[in-house]
Amino acid sequence: MAVYTLKVNGTNRQVDVDPATPLLWVIREHLHMTGTKYGCGVAMCGACTIHLNGTAVRSCQMPISAIGNREITTIEGLSENGEHPVQKAWLEYDVAQCGYCQTGQIMTASALLKTTPNPTDAQIEAAMSGNICRCGTYLRIKEAIKAAAKK
Amino acid sequence: MEKTPTNHSRRSFLKTSVLAGGGLMISFSWLPKFASAGNAHALDLPELQWNEITGYIKITPDNIIKILNPNPEFGQNVMTSLPMMVAEELDIDWQKVVVEMGPHDNVKLGPQFTGGSNSIRMYWKPLREAGAAARSMLIEAAAQTWGVPAEEITTKEGILYHEKSGKSGTYGSVAAKAASLPIPKGIKLNNAKQFNVVRHSKKNVEGVKIVTGKPLFGMDYTTEGMLIAMIEHPPAFGMKLTSFDATETLKMPGIKDVFRQQLYPDGYEQAGFDTRTFNELLVVVGNTTWEVMNARKKLKVNWEPIADTKEVIAGRGGKKEVVVPAGLESSNVQMAKMIEQAKKPAQQLRKDGDPETAFKNAATIIERTYTAPFLAHNCMEPMNFFAHVTDDQALVIGPHQAPGWIEPTLSKILNLPADKIEIRMARMGGGFGLRAYGHYVTEAALISRKVKAPVKLVYSREDDMTYGIYRPMYTATYRAALDANKNLIAFHVKGGGIPESPIHANRFPAGAVDNYLAESWELPTNITIGAFRAPRSNFNAAAEQSFLDELAEAMGKDPIDFRLELLKRAKENPVGKNNEYDADRYAGVLKLVKEKSGWKNPANNKYSRGVAAYFCHNSYAAHVVDVVKKDGQPYVERVFSAMDCGIVINPDAATNMVQGAVVDGIGNALYGRLSHKDGMAEQNNFTRYRMIRMREAPKKIEVHFVENDIDPTGLGEPPFPPIFGAVANAIYKNTGKRVYNQPYMDALNSTPKAGF
Repeated sequence: MAVYTLKVNGTNRQVDVDPATPLLWVIREHLHMTGTKYGCGVAMCGACTIHLNGTAVRSCQMPISAIGNREITTIEGLSENGEHPVQKAWLEYDVAQCGYCQTGQIMTASALLKTTPNPTDAQIEAAMSGNICRCGTYLRIKEAIKAAAKK
Repeated sequence: MEKTPTNHSRRSFLKTSVLAGGGLMISFSWLPKFASAGNAHALDLPELQWNEITGYIKITPDNIIKILNPNPEFGQNVMTSLPMMVAEELDIDWQKVVVEMGPHDNVKLGPQFTGGSNSIRMYWKPLREAGAAARSMLIEAAAQTWGVPAEEITTKEGILYHEKSGKSGTYGSVAAKAASLPIPKGIKLNNAKQFNVVRHSKKNVEGVKIVTGKPLFGMDYTTEGMLIAMIEHPPAFGMKLTSFDATETLKMPGIKDVFRQQLYPDGYEQAGFDTRTFNELLVVVGNTTWEVMNARKKLKVNWEPIADTKEVIAGRGGKKEVVVPAGLESSNVQMAKMIEQAKKPAQQLRKDGDPETAFKNAATIIERTYTAPFLAHNCMEPMNFFAHVTDDQALVIGPHQAPGWIEPTLSKILNLPADKIEIRMARMGGGFGLRAYGHYVTEAALISRKVKAPVKLVYSREDDMTYGIYRPMYTATYRAALDANKNLIAFHVKGGGIPESPIHANRFPAGAVDNYLAESWELPTNITIGAFRAPRSNFNAAAEQSFLDELAEAMGKDPIDFRLELLKRAKENPVGKNNEYDADRYAGVLKLVKEKSGWKNPANNKYSRGVAAYFCHNSYAAHVVDVVKKDGQPYVERVFSAMDCGIVINPDAATNMVQGAVVDGIGNALYGRLSHKDGMAEQNNFTRYRMIRMREAPKKIEVHFVENDIDPTGLGEPPFPPIFGAVANAIYKNTGKRVYNQPYMDALNSTPKAGF
């Protein structure tokens, strides 16, 4: 066990955990923020996507010992009350079905728009193809990203 | 299913005037303006005085109107669509409605079952009746309060008016009185042509919670002192636990206990949905999920092959004994066995005319065989459940499609009366049929009782994917006899599977061909199977609709015209009895998709077009799939869908559902496979189990609904099966190759890519 100080959603948080613990489980079970989801544990589904210094990463494959002082943003910190343009677009297009993967989708999409404010279809597909939606809402996800890009 | 509020005794149903909110987190239904503003409104309303008008409807004196959704939510959007049906008759401002997931209470809230595309169908009448009865009670309460005749009172969006006296008041102002009145029967319901809420698109009432990551799912549930449990199941079907050494595991941080737990006692009579793969559980319990996952790696376990096992299944059809065979099965061997079995005599399900003679006299016989592998459901949220079981009561919370089915099982296994078992339904991260089976609920309950603590049982992705309860393996051979003029004179389907047959003998084209024969067989296995989005139909539609396409080609006919001719025959001069489908509605979706897709329009010539249609869950679906080459492979770029599911409750959400079914169908048709080698699943995560991803999904899916006033029929499943056939037919146009075996990618000379 070791004590780590993490910068999460703009706040310093201290946890005492095994250094090998993936960030996903630190966020979910030690910091009690459950918007970041467990889907596969092997970085193949994207449900656990968070931002590390603004870049989308799969938190299930990121041991806490490798985080250092990089800034972590989870879905809970993406916006104050869900008013991030991507979240608003998700509501406008009523994207979700079961909803389990959608926080990961939103985190990937919001990171994409930060570096690529007006993405092409091909850029959206390239960025989003690491996130599985078992309900098959991909079309609406794409539409929502395009709508958010215009805002 | 015709259980309506008015049928319940007043005592059981109506009770109670004033309930305290009890600190529940209640969300306002996210009106479009809030939704687009992205405001996350979650109100804690502990002090509200809820007057229960009917079991589904509660109103505060301040006119906050709450509608309880009775059915488990797994993404089909019943949290929104079912309350819309109540609101339609209650006459309230939808934007001010509070929607809450109801408790498990079959007396007040009906059957509470999610599956079989049944939610809307089974609640269509009861929920509108509940809304209408409540409105009538509120009017009566106002009439008594104001001393005016009830007939003179009108309502509008939650307000009561008496024009003559100029009196008006909110529903809330008379709710306490209304709650004490008897529930009237036989209230006239709104005309389908004048619906105000139903048929008008409403946003998902949980949208804001979903996009802000609120703890909606079973996996997110936690409580003081809760432990995490995981189960180490055998590495292969046909094996069981012999012995284990947990010394190293117990030394790992956070680990509390490792023990063996029997799931069902010897001789237990399983209910129909008590399917489970392994009965001897090796359980690891600890403080956190990661610690338990990690500690499991240190287990030293010995497994051994099981012998043939007798199980007693006490389903609806009475009690029967089933022998689960021993063996470590491999998919290639199973496939060979199926092909062998298909040559043997089978059970006749339906016979019209004299198919044997017709085939003997045929000028041409076309015969084709289709196969499909096991499929894993792969819900994005792996199986999990919370349980806190003590000697005299049980609380279980989590994702499950059928609380009314798991309750009697828990009652028997835990030896507790039903009224000591509380089941709370979390939003499910997918279900697709898998969560109708409750083994993981029972496992969680037994583990909690054993460790005397609240416990959340968590399946890892690997546990989930390799557990079983798969879509069965299937095969079917179709034969058609043509006379010298290329007329279809006989049709024969013989199908079977491991361990169940897919054949629906009374569906199209039964009823449209003079000489018809349907036969069926089954082979046992120890690999467990279960309902998977449109069970059996999801294979039949692939096979039969591919075959009809090939048949149309052989007969020199357009595939849509050919089907319409058969349907005309089925309507005007049907063959045989018990034809399940309505030929007019079936033809209707084909005509609609033909029109909307511009089927013969030369402007669409750049696409390789495939068509298919199917009937299931009382609904009709047809798709035209447009394929192009992308990176040298066929790619479904566009889809046109036509649906007839009667009245559409929430059009935009229904469109979303059909679009999702199309994507799901394309993915499973092209890539879906769960195979075995010596009993071991060969895919245990998304590294090897290929799921459709955004770049493989169509760019456009245009959905059209047949407009009629028929009571709603199923929607979640019906659009799924025919997509398989439409994709196969479009692939043929694109590549010149017919694909007979799922997943289709195998035949397309590609190296199957894992993941992305």
